[in-house]
Amino acid sequence: MTAREAILRDIRHNLGRGASLVAPVPPAARLNVPKVSISDRIELMLDRVIALAGRAVRVKSGADAVEYVAGVTGGRRSIASNSEFLREAGITALPGVASGVTDAEQLRGLCATADFGITSADYALADTGSLVMFASPADARLISLLPPVHIAVVPANRLLSGLDEFYTLVPKPADRTSSTVFITGPSRTADIEQLLIRGVHGPGEIHVVVVG
Amino acid sequence: MPETFDQKIATTLADSRLQTAIYTATNRLISHRKAVVSADALPDYQELRTQANAVKAHTIENLDWYLEEFERNVLDHGGHVHCCRSAADVADVVLEIAKRRGARMIVKSKSMTTEEVDLNERLEHHGLQSVESDFGEYIIQLMHTRPYHIVAPALHLTRYDVADLFERALGVPNDPVIENQCRTARGVLREKFLEADIGISGANFLIADSGAVTIVENEGNARLSTSAPKVHIAVAGIEKLIPRAQDLGTFLKLLGRSATGQPLTVYTSFLAGPKRSGEVDGPEEFHVVLLDGGRTKLLADPEKRESLYCIRCGACLNHCPVYRKIGGHSFPWVYSGPIGAILTPQFVGVENAPQLPFASSLCGACAEVCPVKIDIPKILLELRAEVKTAEKQNGENQLERAAFSAFAYMAVRPKLWARALGFGRKLPIPPVGPVAAWLSEREMPKLPAKSFRELWKQRKSA
Repeated sequence: MTAREAILRDIRHNLGRGASLVAPVPPAARLNVPKVSISDRIELMLDRVIALAGRAVRVKSGADAVEYVAGVTGGRRSIASNSEFLREAGITALPGVASGVTDAEQLRGLCATADFGITSADYALADTGSLVMFASPADARLISLLPPVHIAVVPANRLLSGLDEFYTLVPKPADRTSSTVFITGPSRTADIEQLLIRGVHGPGEIHVVVVG
Repeated sequence: MPETFDQKIATTLADSRLQTAIYTATNRLISHRKAVVSADALPDYQELRTQANAVKAHTIENLDWYLEEFERNVLDHGGHVHCCRSAADVADVVLEIAKRRGARMIVKSKSMTTEEVDLNERLEHHGLQSVESDFGEYIIQLMHTRPYHIVAPALHLTRYDVADLFERALGVPNDPVIENQCRTARGVLREKFLEADIGISGANFLIADSGAVTIVENEGNARLSTSAPKVHIAVAGIEKLIPRAQDLGTFLKLLGRSATGQPLTVYTSFLAGPKRSGEVDGPEEFHVVLLDGGRTKLLADPEKRESLYCIRCGACLNHCPVYRKIGGHSFPWVYSGPIGAILTPQFVGVENAPQLPFASSLCGACAEVCPVKIDIPKILLELRAEVKTAEKQNGENQLERAAFSAFAYMAVRPKLWARALGFGRKLPIPPVGPVAAWLSEREMPKLPAKSFRELWKQRKSA
């Protein structure tokens, strides 16, 4: 008998029944999506990110976003994701910005030496100030992780009210990607004396630019 | 000879620096949690707890179904599932993967399940380097000790302890500034992340309908461990299953708040299978190692089954008046505090940890803060009964049992009781021998000059 079979056997034996033939019905998922206007979402998102010691700014257009990002990076070494939104806005064309990388090794090298990682986000959760990132050909995992500063440029229409709205819209993220990550503020630890320190392994500085 | 439970407690109580460290850290954790579960901050907190409890109860009652569903979905996404009966099997699975990949270096993110199986020691024994990457766990590994707390492994240490440790172990100047200590660790560990062949993580939740593991963290080390190396191995107990990704809407709201007072931790990763075609980076291999390790045994008792609902937030430790005095290392196994007091006897056998169910004042704080509503005091009482039943069968503690039998006999016979009290008032029980031992941790109640019954009688006749 394999370990797998032995475990299933013991579970059934100790629960006092045999294998069920029909799928059990779990309690209904508890998802309450509040009605929040887009302007309130934007305001909440910016407030939350700032409360987490991130930088947050709202700009009117892609051109304004380019200007903001250029001001932050100052032409220093940056790696940007292959997001169409970043390219169309003109962010990938900024001096010092590498983009369009599809080779994992090359990307890792660039991320390990870059001063800034620039991405968009698939969604954002306003009530917690979180970015939602799906791994895809457009978005690598390491860009928001290895560089010491992460800049995320997000169109305002991707702002959701919170977790419940996300799981209502995307009941099974695994259907579309191998990796979904929520990023809520800069990397931190409180392991020593429960005192907050920012920037442990991930970026210690995060900028969220909401466009629109 | 290793210290006994009582000796470890005595050592901890006598260490005033340690007492201050535990008290300060748990106080901060308590106030952080309080701020985010208040009615203002989270109006539906109690409804979320009720939902979480119902979902966990349902999952545990149908664990076999969800285990198979999870396995099917992991395979569908191109991952592998390994089932392990015991601790040693987990290391064997990892060793086999490491051998096939020709791996030398492993980075690990925090996982209590791998602490259960002493994974690092076993891997190192076979010539593999296994490095903990969570800041607190890294410190704990350098100290060759075990985590002091489920979510805050280095809770008992101050910045000065870390300064001394880093000076000794890493040869850096003695520096008590925590920011600088973090920078040192980041530097050392960044190299390891980029070099490592395999990343090992735990899992906070296993999602049956997605074949996914969910990991919450604040530092980014779990993301690095699961993104940078070519192989990702997640190790988890089978009780970590929940049915649907949508259930995370409930559990994520509770976990971060209960653990560290965060509405969401900095990073929440939801990982399903290896990197897919077209994705730029991510592991080539994705393995989930599912550990039984005594969990199926726990299902047998319907009264204690709910011990398996635990999501390892650590809130019961922070709020426990006993944990806050005796600390994490007084407990004999990986899990400490109230949840350790109920899990340890059930995992290692009541006979191997008979003191733990009694290491509680039964004040109920643990049950009150538990996000999945485990009735820890009820289970402590069940376990106490088991310890006492075993003592009776083994003919141990006969004097105590005789004393309680006599007490029970008198307590249901009012006349005899009144006479005994009258006698006791004139001639108190001398505090010698077994009575002295009993009184070393208790106070003998002072008998009033007149009993309630006597006063009542007087009043009626007056």
